[in-house]
Amino acid sequence: MPLALQAKGVTKTYGGVKALTEVDIDVRAGEVLCLAGANGSGKSTLIKIISGVETADAGHIEMDGVDVGRPSVTDSIDLGIQVIYQDMSLFPNLTVAENIAMSARVKAGRKVVRVQDARATAERVVERLDLQLSLDEKVENISVADRQLVAICRALALDVKVLFMDEPTTALTWREIDSLSRVVEQLKADGVAIVFVSHKTEEVFMMSDRITVLRNGVVAKSGAASEFTPDSLIESLLGYLPSEERQLSALPADATTPALEVHDIGRHELFEGVSFEVGAGEIVGLTGLLGSGRSEIAEAIFGILPIDTGEIRVAGQAKPIGSVQAGIEAGIGYVPEDRLTQGVILEQSIESNLVAASLDKVSRRAGFLDSARMAHASQHAVETLGIKTDNPANPVSSLSGGNQQRVVLGKWMETEPSVLILNGPTVGVDAGSKAVILDILRRTAEQGTGILMISDDVPELVSVCHRVLFVRRGRMDGELEMDAVSPERIRERLDR
Amino acid sequence: MKAYVRRARGRRMRVHELWDRYKGENHETALLLLILALLGVMAIVEPSALTMTFVGDIIRSGIVTLALALGLLLVIISGGMDVSFPAIAIFSGYATITVMNFFGVDGVLWPFLLASIMGLALGSLNALFVARYRMETLIASLGTQVIIRGVLLAFIGSVYISTLPAQLDTIGASSIMRLGNSPVNILVLPVIALAFLVSWMLRKTMFGRSIYAIGGDRESARRVGIRVPSVQVRIYLIAGALAGFAGMVHVVLSRHASPFELVGTELNVIAAVVIGGALDSGGRGSVKGTVYGVLLISLVQNSLVRLGVSSYWHVLVVGVVVLVGVAIQAQASSREARTTRILESMEASA
Ligand SMILES: Nc1ncnc2c1ncn2[C@@H]1O[C@H](COP(=O)(O)OP(=O)(O)OP(=O)(O)O)[C@@H](O)[C@H]1O
Ligand SMILES: [Mg+2]
Repeated sequence: MPLALQAKGVTKTYGGVKALTEVDIDVRAGEVLCLAGANGSGKSTLIKIISGVETADAGHIEMDGVDVGRPSVTDSIDLGIQVIYQDMSLFPNLTVAENIAMSARVKAGRKVVRVQDARATAERVVERLDLQLSLDEKVENISVADRQLVAICRALALDVKVLFMDEPTTALTWREIDSLSRVVEQLKADGVAIVFVSHKTEEVFMMSDRITVLRNGVVAKSGAASEFTPDSLIESLLGYLPSEERQLSALPADATTPALEVHDIGRHELFEGVSFEVGAGEIVGLTGLLGSGRSEIAEAIFGILPIDTGEIRVAGQAKPIGSVQAGIEAGIGYVPEDRLTQGVILEQSIESNLVAASLDKVSRRAGFLDSARMAHASQHAVETLGIKTDNPANPVSSLSGGNQQRVVLGKWMETEPSVLILNGPTVGVDAGSKAVILDILRRTAEQGTGILMISDDVPELVSVCHRVLFVRRGRMDGELEMDAVSPERIRERLDR
Repeated sequence: MKAYVRRARGRRMRVHELWDRYKGENHETALLLLILALLGVMAIVEPSALTMTFVGDIIRSGIVTLALALGLLLVIISGGMDVSFPAIAIFSGYATITVMNFFGVDGVLWPFLLASIMGLALGSLNALFVARYRMETLIASLGTQVIIRGVLLAFIGSVYISTLPAQLDTIGASSIMRLGNSPVNILVLPVIALAFLVSWMLRKTMFGRSIYAIGGDRESARRVGIRVPSVQVRIYLIAGALAGFAGMVHVVLSRHASPFELVGTELNVIAAVVIGGALDSGGRGSVKGTVYGVLLISLVQNSLVRLGVSSYWHVLVVGVVVLVGVAIQAQASSREARTTRILESMEASA
C-alpha cells in the first residue's frame, strides 16, 4: 500500500515544555495506525499540527509523497485530512444536522445554503453508520455519547483521505464502538488512511494494523500490531506494567450508617423504583448500557436532575432534593461524565479549579480566600493525582486531555465528601494513571467515604468494586457481590 | 427505519410539550406573551390610551431602534458586543446633510446610500481592531465610538441643522397611511425590507451560518475551515453600513440634524436585541426576536409617556424590563431538558 501521509521531524514547544521532539510518523492508505502514549505524551499536539490547528516549530508534512510544508487548517481540509478532535469541537448552539454538515458546507463553498441539504447530508452519514440521532436537536441538549457520535459523523460527511480519530470512543459503549469499527473496515477498503488514538487497549488491538508509541514527545517504538501484546504495549508507553488485579479496600469493622441510601426514587420518563445503598467505606459500581439511565440516576442523586418520587439519605440525613447546592452541602461529591463542559473552567488556572468545590476549606473567617492554603491544597492534589504541569497557575486548557480529567477528580477529592459519585472516573486516562486513580479511590474509601462509581470499564469495576449494581432501561437489574464480581459475570449480565 | 424518526405517542399532550412546540427557536413566544401582558396592564390602568394612534407612535419610535438593532444583532450573534453604532449612525446622518448643504445638492435615494457607505467606512475601524489586531470587541468599539464622535464634533460640525434639503424633507413628511392621528412614515418600508434581508442572510447564507458558528464556538469554527477574521470583517462592515442607514432614517424622520442625538440610545438598542434572545454569550438570536424586543422596549417607553411618568424613570423601567426579559430567556433555556426517554411508557410497564 502506498504511503498516504508522513510527518517528518515535527518539533513543538510550549513555553519551556517540549511537547514533541523530532517526531516522524507515517500512515499508509487502507491501514489503521494507532497512536499510543500516556497522558501528555503529545498525541493530540501532533494531530493538531498535521491538521493546521497548531503550528510546529520545525518539521514538515508529506501527502502522497509530496512535501506540503506546514499546512493551514484550510490546506489540510483541502488535502483530504479530517480530524475527530478529542474535545469534539462542535457547535453547541446548532442542531445535530447542521453540525454534521458544517465541514461539508464550508468545503463546498456555496454562498446560499439550504436546511434540507444539510439534513440530507446528515441523514446520509447517520444512516451509513447505522446510528440513532435526533437530527433537529441542538447539540447542547444531547448526551456526551451522542456528541461524540456527531463528531464522528461530521468527519465522515466529506470524502476523506486521511482520518484522525483522537479518542473518539471515550463516552461510547461496545454497541457504538462496534458500528464504528465496521465503518473503519469499510473506510479501509476504500483506501482511507486512519490514525486512531485510544487508551482502551482492547480497542487498540481490535482496530489497528500498526502501532506507533509516543513517550514524552518522542517516538519510543513503532511496529505492526502483531508485534505487540496488550502488556507489552502498556509497558512500552509507560515504561512499567501497572497492576490491574482485583484488590479491595478494607471495609469498616463494625456496621455504621450507610453513606448513601437511595429509596425508591423515580423521575418521569427516565427511571423508576431505584433503590440501593452504599455503605461507608464501600465502593459500589453502577453499570449498564449507554442510555440505560445510569448517568441520569447519578445526576439525580447529586441534584442536577430533580426526582419526582422517593427519598435520598446521605450519612443518615435526608437530603433535600433538586439542587446541586443541596447535594454539595449534604456531603456529595460528583465527578460528571461531561467533564469538559461541566467539570472545569478551561481558561482558569489549575489551582483555582482544584479548590473550586472546597472554597470553605481554603477561606479565612471573613470569607476571603487564603492564598497560602489554596496553594497548599492544590499542590497536594497535583501531587497525589500526578497532574503533569510545570506550574499550577497555568490555565487548565494547557493540560493534555487526560490531565484535565485529573483536575476534575482532584477538585472533588479536596471537598472530602461523605459520598463520592464518579461518572466514568478513568475515561480517557492512561493505564498508569488509571491504576493510580483507582488506588486513590481505595484510600479514599478506607477513610470512610462511600463511593459510587458509574462505569462500563469491566476490568476497572472488577479491580475496585465491593459490589456491582446493574441498570437496565431505567430500572435496577440485579447486583453482584464480593466474590461473585468477575469480568465474565459482568459481561454476561451486560450482554443479556 | 429512518434513524431520526422518533416514535409518536398516543397520549395527551402535556403543557410543557405544547410549550416546546410553540416556544420558537429563541423563545419568541414568551416575549410575545410578555408584550400582550403589558398591553393588558395598559388596558386596565389607562384604557383610553389604547388607540390606533398609540400603535402608530410605537411603530414610529421603534423604526430607528430596529434599524440600529439589525447591525448589532449580527455582532452579538457572533459573540461580540458593539457600542459604537449610535456614533456611526449619527456621524453618517449628520455628515451627509452637511455635505448636501455644503455643495447645495439635493436628492432622495443617494443620501441614504452615501450615509450607508460612510457607515461602512467607519465600521471598517471596528473590523480592523477586532479581526486584525484581535482586540476584545467591546473595548474596540468603545475606542472607535470616542474617535468617531471626536472627529464628528471637531471636523464635521457641532451645530444644530434645523431644516433638511427640500426633497429629503418631503420624505420626512410623507406617510403611507395613518394610524389614528399618527402618520406611518414611508421609511418603515425600507427598514422592514432590511429586516427581511438580514433574516434571510442569517438563516440561508453560508455567511449567516458562519456567524452562528463563530458565536457558538470560535475555535471549532476555525477547525472546520471557516475563515473567522474574514467573517468578522464582513460583520463589522455590514453593521457599520446598517448603522449609517439607520442614522439617515433618524435624521429624516426627525426632520433636523443634530450631532448630539442617538448617542445614549445604545442601551435601548442593546436591550431590544438581548431581550429578543441574543444572549451576550453569542451563537443565539434572530431577527424575529429582535423585532419583538424592539416592540417591547418601544411599547414600554410609549406607555410611560401616556401614563405621564417622568422621563427620569424611563431608564429605570427599561432596566427592569431588560432584567425580566433576560431572566425569561435564561429560565427558558435552562428548562430545555434532555429529550431522550429511557423508561418505556407507563402502559408498557404496567
Ligand atoms: N496550549 C498549550 N499550552 C501549554 N502546554 C500545552 C498546550 N497544549 C498542550 N500542552 C502540553 O503539551 C503536552 C502534550 O499534550 P497533548 O495534549 O498532546 O497530550 P496527549 O498525548 O494528547 O494526552 P492525552 O492522552 O491526555 O490526551 C502536555 O504536556 C501538555 O501539557
Ligand atoms: Mg490528547
